[in-house]
Formats: sequence, structure tokens, C-alpha cells
Amino acid sequence: MSRKPHVRKQYWNEPVMGLWEKAYLPEILRGLAITGGVFLRNMFKWVTGRKGALTTYYPEETRWDYAPANRGKHVLTRRADGSPQCVACNMCATVCPAKVIEIEAGFDPADSAHPKYPVRFEIDYSRCVFCGLCVEACPEDAIRMAKEVPNLPTGDRWTMWLGKEELLEWQPQSDVAKPYPPAPPRAAGGERG
Amino acid sequence: MIADLVISLVFIGYAISVLMGFGTILTWVERKQAAVMSDRIGANRAYIRIPFTNVKLVWWGLFHGMADGLKMLLKEDFKPRTYDWYAYAVAPWVVFTPVLLVFAVIPFGGALTPARLWEPLAAFFGDKTYYMQIAKLDAGLLIIFAFSGLPIIGAMLAGWSSSNKFSLLGALRAGSQMISYELVLGLTTLGLILIYGTVDLDAIVRMQSGTVLGFVPAWGIVYQPFAATLFLAAAIAENKRIPFDLPEAESELIAGYFTEYSAMKMGLFMFAEFIEIAIIGALFTTLFLGGYNLPYMTDAGFAFPGGAAVAMPHAAVVVTQLGVFLLKVFLVCSFQILIRWTLPRFRYDQVLLFAWKFMFPLALANLVVTAVVVWAVRA
Repeated sequence: MSRKPHVRKQYWNEPVMGLWEKAYLPEILRGLAITGGVFLRNMFKWVTGRKGALTTYYPEETRWDYAPANRGKHVLTRRADGSPQCVACNMCATVCPAKVIEIEAGFDPADSAHPKYPVRFEIDYSRCVFCGLCVEACPEDAIRMAKEVPNLPTGDRWTMWLGKEELLEWQPQSDVAKPYPPAPPRAAGGERG
Repeated sequence: MIADLVISLVFIGYAISVLMGFGTILTWVERKQAAVMSDRIGANRAYIRIPFTNVKLVWWGLFHGMADGLKMLLKEDFKPRTYDWYAYAVAPWVVFTPVLLVFAVIPFGGALTPARLWEPLAAFFGDKTYYMQIAKLDAGLLIIFAFSGLPIIGAMLAGWSSSNKFSLLGALRAGSQMISYELVLGLTTLGLILIYGTVDLDAIVRMQSGTVLGFVPAWGIVYQPFAATLFLAAAIAENKRIPFDLPEAESELIAGYFTEYSAMKMGLFMFAEFIEIAIIGALFTTLFLGGYNLPYMTDAGFAFPGGAAVAMPHAAVVVTQLGVFLLKVFLVCSFQILIRWTLPRFRYDQVLLFAWKFMFPLALANLVVTAVVVWAVRA
């Protein structure tokens, strides 16, 4: 019984090497020239005060090419009188998958239309997943997500919380024709009293 | 007698601090050069804060080496349940010590006359001249090969005594690879020995300070460009670095023969590897790049090919030679790191084929051609 000779499998992309490639050394030198060239180019850039690296040195530097749909920060909208629109119903905190929203409700007997208001409204950005479910859940359009990205990264996770004051500090950039917060209604036709 | 002892101790201190310095700085150079070569920034977060101030010294990440050393010292020193505990414990030192010893015969400077350096030293040292080399041995090159063969034993001890299959495989690979390339390493330098007629490294360096054809510096790389290439390749294979890092191939063998080592024992292996880069740099400089001398430079000063000569004071010559040696070694180290971050790893059979079927015949052919040419020139 004769043994079948071993036939090496032929691949469609079998590399074909000429004598030049098989000599090994010239191709090695070519590779070294490429990497060495990149090294020298980047070093020259560094010496002349430019950046050769493609990486972003993150907290100090941020990328310019964030996606247009990126929403990196929450904002609390305000009523015409400047008070937060939030009624502290805790719906956003309930729906939040990362459980990052903490709300402490307060009672305001003077405002009969909105007796409940948030005393504390805090978001932990070290855990937030930016899913936007809080915006979906909000019945009052009190919480939205803005395009800006808060510069929070530090070595301490307890400094990565944003409170009510920071979240209320929102000035819309795109719709400057209307004043924000909206102008208070005229005293005569006012619904509040 | 006391003066000789003092000079020897000074040289030993200098050599050890140079090697340790290179070992530490090369960890940083390797990281940073790899980063710059691949359009990255590299490690630059570790800093030292000046006490009681808020001034943080970053210095392009130079302190990452310190952080790494600290980490290795503070990590758990894991001890595997091995039957040969003594061999396990001694293996890192068997790798590390010969690497340091090799430097003993490498000249890091020319002749040093302390009396000419500073007048008051004459009272103590007299008029003696010392060679800036820890041991000026006639058999310098042979000593180097004797010592650089020892780390093989350490690597094989480490792999054998770890009672780990990955370690054992790594040790087998290390043994076969290092022994194969040792041979090529020796054969490539034989051509130089034929040309210079000596194995005393200081004498080899002195012969390289002349010129060929009137203007080309008579460096070993000019006489033996082919042997220089083969030497560097074989030396990198000796050091078990990419593209020859089969013994510690991470993707195949975890960490090869030092898989079972942790904390500072593993650090010793790493440190030995980095110091060996510097040793290879020093050897290559000494044998092929004119050693501690600049082109056209001797212990007296410069003698340019046109006939112009510039005499230099003794102190200037000594400082120049020390600096030039360090610079050349650093450049060769940097070139090795460039190779390490450019080439992919060989396959195991390719490594041995490369040694025995490619480099070995080439080294032999180089030797034969050199012998014939030397015979023809001398006859």
C-alpha cells in the first residue's frame, strides 16, 4: 500500500517572494527605515513644539470630533420665574438603569400649582451610562441632555457628582430668539397668583 | 598598591552605576520609543510631588521606572511548590550576575593619568597611568564569550526548577536558541580577531582609531560590515528579544522560562535583559564602532586626515572618551529597540534554521574570505 505524498494546501493569497524578499536583509532594512522614519518625524515634531502622536491626552485635551448626536450632560429646565421645572416625582431616578440620580423632595406651600420641588438633585457622572432614559421618563420636560461634556475626570470618584446648581446652569445656544427662561406671563393674565 | 585599589574601586563603581543606569533608563526608552514610533504619547502619568508644595515633576514619564521598581519590590513573592527550591531561587542570579561581569573587560575610556588630571593627585597616585577598564585582560574577548554563555544555565535552571510545562518549554527553546547563536556570535568576531591579531579589547579599540585609505576611520564595521550585521542579529537572539523572543513568547508560553517567577525575582530577569541590551551596545561599540574614541581621535587629541592635528588637555580627552562611549552605547541600544518594535516574531523552526542554515554558513564564508584577504595582504 503506497502512501499518498503530502500535498501542501494552496491558498489564494499565497505570498510570492522574489529573490529580493528572500534575501531577507533588504526587506528588514526597509521596515526599519519605515519605523525609524516615523520615529524621527514624530521626534522632529516634538522638538519643534508640535504633537506627533495621534492619541488625545484625555483630561487635558478633548477630541474635536465628538459625534453630533453626542449628549454628555444633563440639564434641568426652568420655569418662567426661574424655579426648576422638576416636581421631584422620582420617575427619572426610578427608571435610571445605573441608579445615579438622587433626588430629595421638598414641600413649598406657597406654590399651590407645584407644591413639590427638589431640594437636592444630584447625578453621579462616574456611573452614568448616558442612556437618556431619564429624559424619556420625565413627565414635566424638566430634565434634558445637552451636547456639552463636563470635564470631570479626576482621581477621586466623589468629586464626579453634579448638583442642582450646576444642572440648572443651562443657556440654550441654538434658539437665541426666545429668551430663556421664558418671560414671565403678564400679571393680569397670569395663571399663578 | 592602595592607589591601584582606589582606582579599581572607582572604575567598578562607575561601571556598575553605568549598567544600572542603563538598565533603568532603557525601560523608559523602550516604552517611549515604541510609543513615538507608533504615533502614541507613551507613559507619562507617574510624577513626583515636591513635598509641601503642589509642584508635580512629570519629566516625560521618567518616574515610571521608579514606580515599576517599587511595584516589583512590594508585590507578593509567590513561591511555587517546586521540588528543587534551591535551583529555583538561584536561577535569577545565575542569569543576572554574568551579565554584569561581562562589562568588566570592556574599556569605557582610554588611558587615565590621575596626576595629569589634577596636580595634587600626583602625591597619591604618582605618575602611574591606568586603563579605564576594570580588568585589562589579554583574553578580553574570550572572557566575554565565557561569561555570556552562563545565562543559558540560568534560563534552563529557571525553566527546569519551576515545575511548569510552559517554563520547561521556554527553557528548552532558550537553550537550543542561545547555544546556536553563541556559535554565530563567536564566528563573526573571529574575522575581527584575524584582522587585529589580538583579543585584548583595549588594543582593538586603539587599532580602530587609525584610518583606512587615508580618510575613512578604521572602525571594525568598515572592515567587516557583514560580520557587524550578523553579530548584531546573533546578539539580539542571545538576548532573547523580539524577533527572537521564542523562549518567552507571551502568546504561546505566558512568559516562558520565568512564568513562575514573581516580584523582584522576575524583575531580575527583566533587569538582566535590559542590562544585556546595554552590554550588547557596549560590545558592538567596542568591536565595530571604534569604542570610546571619536573618528580620528587618540589619547593625545585629534589627528585629522589632512595632516592637521588638535592637541587636547588630558581632562578633556578623558571626559570626551567617557561621554562618547556612553553616547555610542545609547545609540546602539536605541537601534536594538527600533528592531524590537519593527520585526514580528520568528516561528520556532525558523529561528533554528536561520541560525544553522543561513547565519552559520554566512559567518563561515565571511571568516574564510577575511582569512584569505588578511593572508594576501600580509604576504
